[in-house]
Amino acid sequence: MSEKEKTIKTAFKAAFPLTIPIMAGFLFLGLAYGIYMNVSGFAFWYPMLMSLIIFAGSVEFVAVGWLLGAFAPVSALLLTLMINARHLFYGLSLLDKYNVPGKKKYYLIFGMCDESFSINCTAKIPQGVDKGWFMFFVTLLNQIYWVAGATAGGLFGSLVRFDTTGLEFVMTALFVVIFLEQWRKEKNHGSSLLGLGLSLICLILFKGANFILPSMCSIFGALTLLRRPLEKAGEGQ
Amino acid sequence: MTMTVGQQLITIGAVALGTVLTRFLPFLLFPPNHQTPKFIRYLGAVLPSAVLGMLVVYSLKDVTLLAGNHGAPELLAVAAVIALHLWKRQMLLSIAGGTAVYMLLVQFVF
Repeated sequence: MSEKEKTIKTAFKAAFPLTIPIMAGFLFLGLAYGIYMNVSGFAFWYPMLMSLIIFAGSVEFVAVGWLLGAFAPVSALLLTLMINARHLFYGLSLLDKYNVPGKKKYYLIFGMCDESFSINCTAKIPQGVDKGWFMFFVTLLNQIYWVAGATAGGLFGSLVRFDTTGLEFVMTALFVVIFLEQWRKEKNHGSSLLGLGLSLICLILFKGANFILPSMCSIFGALTLLRRPLEKAGEGQ
Repeated sequence: MTMTVGQQLITIGAVALGTVLTRFLPFLLFPPNHQTPKFIRYLGAVLPSAVLGMLVVYSLKDVTLLAGNHGAPELLAVAAVIALHLWKRQMLLSIAGGTAVYMLLVQFVF
């Protein structure tokens, strides 16, 4: 075995165990997404294609509604930018970490979802394991789980005999759980509470999907104005 | 369905483009070997919490609090997710359990 093959194999062995919980989660959520597309009247290749080239769970769920509505690609693009704007902040947190040699870097950025971000951002990579290959396999395995789940759901969704009304709640549940996990990690909840509170106020004021942009602006404004107190409280470090 | 397959593919392409842009933009704006401004570093650290809070609200945006069942199934199911997660801290169990509670509520209770 060449030196390079050894490096790759070691990295895979280190990365795989960390992705097992995500395998369960993504197969389930991907399946739910594929079934949701199937019962909305789409062939299996729609969820397969979308999970391959978009690979962003929340927007894939939301896009089902856009595909059923009138043709409006510009609004789809703008809404996608708003919904996925959180990736900007993941990117900002990974600027140094994802600066690895080779073309792997581009796939790491392309496949940067909530889950890959959280593992790659926090994992203690063992000594002697190549960081680039390790993060590459975390990202790749996660995407394989998601695509497999979505495709299977799209293929076999029509065989599902039970009433799937309410299945879309998996998305809400996912966000609540990720929020709780983030909450547990932080020393101070200022930013979490600002995000929750300001969005809620904007939702009441602006109604429906229109609340996202005002929410982001008010969150950005509040975090900018409150920089000193938040940094003093131990956030932003 | 009102759209043709071509129009659907364009829509999917637009979503893919938007997603790729959000992922690559920070790396294009702040290339390696450049000092990232302190303010950007601060934002990178505090924004994830706020954005996750916003996503929770986003996923509940279609709930009508003032009419129908006043968002009761959503509130109960969110409470179930939180309770399960505080109890067992198994991501998958919390998500599956909360979704099952919600499906039972909207199909049989409300």
